[in-house]
Amino acid sequence: MDPLTTATTARSRVAVTGSDRPRLARHVRLSFCRTRQRHILQLPETVVVLHGSGAHILELCDGRRTVAEIVAELGTRYQQVPDDEVRRFLTRLVARRCVELPQSAENADG
Amino acid sequence: MDSPFGLLAELTYRCPLACAYCSNPLNMADYTDELTTDEWRRVLAEARDLGVLQCHLSGGEPLLRRDLVEIVATAYDLGLYTNLVTSALGLSRQKAEQLRAAGLDHVQVSIQADEPAVSDRIAGTPSFHRKIEAMGVVKELGWPLTVNVVLHRQNIDRVAAVLELAEEVGADRLELANTQYYGWAWRNRDALLPSRAQLEAAEVVVRAARERLRDRMDVIYVIPDYYSRFPKPCMGGWAARQLTVTPNGDVLPCPAAQSLPLPRASVRADPLARIWAEAPVMTAFRGTDWMPDPCRSCDRRELDFGGCRCQAFQLTGDAARTDPVCHLSPDHALVAEAVRAANAETRPTDLLLVPRPHRA
Repeated sequence: MDPLTTATTARSRVAVTGSDRPRLARHVRLSFCRTRQRHILQLPETVVVLHGSGAHILELCDGRRTVAEIVAELGTRYQQVPDDEVRRFLTRLVARRCVELPQSAENADG
Repeated sequence: MDSPFGLLAELTYRCPLACAYCSNPLNMADYTDELTTDEWRRVLAEARDLGVLQCHLSGGEPLLRRDLVEIVATAYDLGLYTNLVTSALGLSRQKAEQLRAAGLDHVQVSIQADEPAVSDRIAGTPSFHRKIEAMGVVKELGWPLTVNVVLHRQNIDRVAAVLELAEEVGADRLELANTQYYGWAWRNRDALLPSRAQLEAAEVVVRAARERLRDRMDVIYVIPDYYSRFPKPCMGGWAARQLTVTPNGDVLPCPAAQSLPLPRASVRADPLARIWAEAPVMTAFRGTDWMPDPCRSCDRRELDFGGCRCQAFQLTGDAARTDPVCHLSPDHALVAEAVRAANAETRPTDLLLVPRPHRA
């Protein structure tokens, strides 16, 4: 028996832009799993195991910083921060409802 | 062997509802010697050390445990994401505030239909209005709300109104879960299994609603596996991602697995880590080595893991057979026959439901 999902939800494909101000969704918790030695996202029915710089990106997603600012800030820690990869990573998490783009940061500049 | 992600903590099988689709064990008397608060504290700590990140507090009705707030607080302190799976009967404002303060992360409330009389009839007790009230409290206290509705022959025609209700109460997620035939649901299968026409009509409504609501509400639709070509990937594989602890401390890959003829494993006798790694109830169907044909040589064996062991046992008497839901199963006629009967013109939609007893 399986109380978990089998079919998942179709989702709007909102592409994250440099001017968005992403934040973790209210019901999502970012934490560290000692057993796996990985950062993780905890959600009502699932867990997302984060790899590489994922946790560092999400720690900066406070709803105030823009994606461009996040990329710049990561640049002080990492040698290379491809901003298209950061945007793709966040776009995937928006689709999974882990990350929200508050209304004030509409995709005005595409 | 991976670490489990989720623990389903079945705190009690006592329940104020008497739903005929309940998948809990029939032999409730075996589960009256419930784990104490301290035993649950130890189980939660062991689960966390084993790698569990999510704790689903379920039952039965978990609110019937007087120590629920303490159990939630323990889980929270351990860093577990806590999910209360409840009928909402007993979720007073005061209790809700205590649970919120203890760190409860998420609440899932069941409702049996969109309409009070139908919902109360299926639940076997007047409960609709209290559930709606409790959903309001959940939202007011700032929790994300999941509404869970088990779909079957006697309510699936109302799915449009169910979606409306979920919207009205402000649900963040709606789980529309077609009945799975274990426990009491197995006893009531004839009265619960919908017709193909009912399912097709419902799926049109659900698809349209998902499109319309996609930015506001997550609509999860658990497929009716009797009507699928392939079986469900049950639990993401046997003892692969989840484990269940029953009210008396038995450890299982899933709650339905209590029906299988496997030796018991109990948190009262062994540490959880050893059970997860070594107990026959965990290792019996882990991986793919146990598989018979057609699974063994099937390209989908890592996708659906041969389906559900409990369903194979229920239908064939042998838990190691391919899930008969699969059209490739040599036992598929068992499912096909149930489906044929459900679609007979003479089968009414309101056959009598046999309610599950409230307690042992």
